[in-house]
Amino acid sequence: MDPTLKREIILENYQHPYNKETINNPKYIKVNSNNESCIDNINLYILIEDSIVKDIKFDGEACAITTSATSIMIKLLIGQNIDTIQEYITNYENMIDERDYNNELLAEANCFDEIYKQQNRKNCALLPWKGLKKALEEYKKGIEN
Amino acid sequence: MNRKDFPMLTKDIIYFDNGATTLKPYAVIDKIVDYYENYSANAHRGDYDISLKVDMAYENTRELVKKFINARYTKEIIFTSGATQSLNMIANGFFSQYLEPDDEIIITKSEHASNVIPWFNLVQKCQAKIKYVELDKNHKVTLSNLQKQITSKTKVISLAAITNVVGDIRPIKEICQIAHQKNIFVVVDGAQSVPHSLTDVQELDCDFLAFSAHKMCGPTGVGVLYGKIELLEHMVPQNFGGGMNETFDNEDSVFLKELPTRLEAGTPNIAGVIGLGAAIEYLQDIGINKIASYEKELKSYFIEKLKLIPHIKLINPDSDSGIIAFNVDGIFSQDVACYLNKYHICVRAGNHCAKILKDEVGVTNTCRISLYFYNTKDEIDYVIELLKDKDKIIREMI
Ligand SMILES: Cc1ncc(COP(=O)(O)O)c(C=O)c1O
Repeated sequence: MDPTLKREIILENYQHPYNKETINNPKYIKVNSNNESCIDNINLYILIEDSIVKDIKFDGEACAITTSATSIMIKLLIGQNIDTIQEYITNYENMIDERDYNNELLAEANCFDEIYKQQNRKNCALLPWKGLKKALEEYKKGIEN
Repeated sequence: MNRKDFPMLTKDIIYFDNGATTLKPYAVIDKIVDYYENYSANAHRGDYDISLKVDMAYENTRELVKKFINARYTKEIIFTSGATQSLNMIANGFFSQYLEPDDEIIITKSEHASNVIPWFNLVQKCQAKIKYVELDKNHKVTLSNLQKQITSKTKVISLAAITNVVGDIRPIKEICQIAHQKNIFVVVDGAQSVPHSLTDVQELDCDFLAFSAHKMCGPTGVGVLYGKIELLEHMVPQNFGGGMNETFDNEDSVFLKELPTRLEAGTPNIAGVIGLGAAIEYLQDIGINKIASYEKELKSYFIEKLKLIPHIKLINPDSDSGIIAFNVDGIFSQDVACYLNKYHICVRAGNHCAKILKDEVGVTNTCRISLYFYNTKDEIDYVIELLKDKDKIIREMI
């Protein structure tokens, strides 16, 4: 991806993040995600019905990388089945850690494919995904019980 | 000043995070290496020459600290792992014995976590209460606001002499006078003040003082607990073990040594203590008052220039210490820090361990620049140029 395009995607999603709003709806799973090493702190609100992610919203205080990564993640995942989401998670994490991954799958999220060059920003790019994983675990536990 | 003394200053960085920790001069590094290379033995075990040398170097630092803060007795100086441990010892070793249910502890919302959480912990144990001095519009402690919180139940006031986020300087001497008239003890968190300004515990008349070596050109992992002798005599050790006991035949007959050894169980951070001694000598050579006035000059120079940049929001333009907290309008503090990092400028973003301050200041996170005597106006000019251009910040922060 062209560096100017990457920058534009990140800035666009930072300045106009998708679905950044607080909601108070018990149907949504709420998870907090924060980095011990830095100051990003976001809440994700995730609505999953019949194994399909119907909606994700978020709020909190976070840097440009975390905010845009969250916005981009939300756009990618709404409407997906939780099994497919596992595939997204694996590929995204592979990208962040400089391993092979399916770049077609990740679409806009490819803008973070060089984030490994800034070690201190890697956790920022992973933060929403960390929250997502927590929410999926909660959802699965909910079904089992 | 004295830039050539610091190996880190040859590393192509501008270091503006002195509130977190300071750089170390050769004088300190060499002293520590000297210990490890030439007389690396344990302390308090003076049966052979190099061990005796360790004892002397270790105790020499105690003398140096005593003079540096003008304590009355050498025994009043206890070595700890840092300000945090000192504050925990004060809360758990002294006040846990002293407080009764419903007693009150006064702090503020701009204290560092290390001067908050030990008290939170203690009030649960003792069923005591925490009260906060209301801060004025510049986030300062005024004597009248302090007095409003004092009741017949107040037993201790614990304050930083200089806070690490807004850098305000507290009138500790006056606070001690007010407190002592009412038999209230005063604990001073000197982590940000001792390295930057003259501290005279007899003049202040504070009851306890805590500070860290690493914020004053010394090594990490070592600090000081000062307490008035009659109070330290009542302090219960938090650590028991080697070095601090006289005899122990069985559980009923453990006799503890005198101060200060009683409060320093186990093999101490010998290299650290020796390094702290070197740091004190180093600072005294420059002159602590000279350091304070140079920092003040740098700070006003910086503030005047920052005020001219419309998108910079200063949190504490009026505070007197070398700490500057600011935000760039509309940009998250961490992004500003990352941007400056690209130019090898070290500044801190975050809440600076004062999480409850947000209630007062209304912002959760800021960028913090904290100065020391080796910073220069050239460095300031360079950073000002980088902060002037907001579009450049946005372009380059990611
Ligand atoms: C005001 C204040 N108090 C206490 C501390 C704790 O010091 P240390 O981490 O060295 O124990 C700090 C360090 O940031 C501080 O700034």
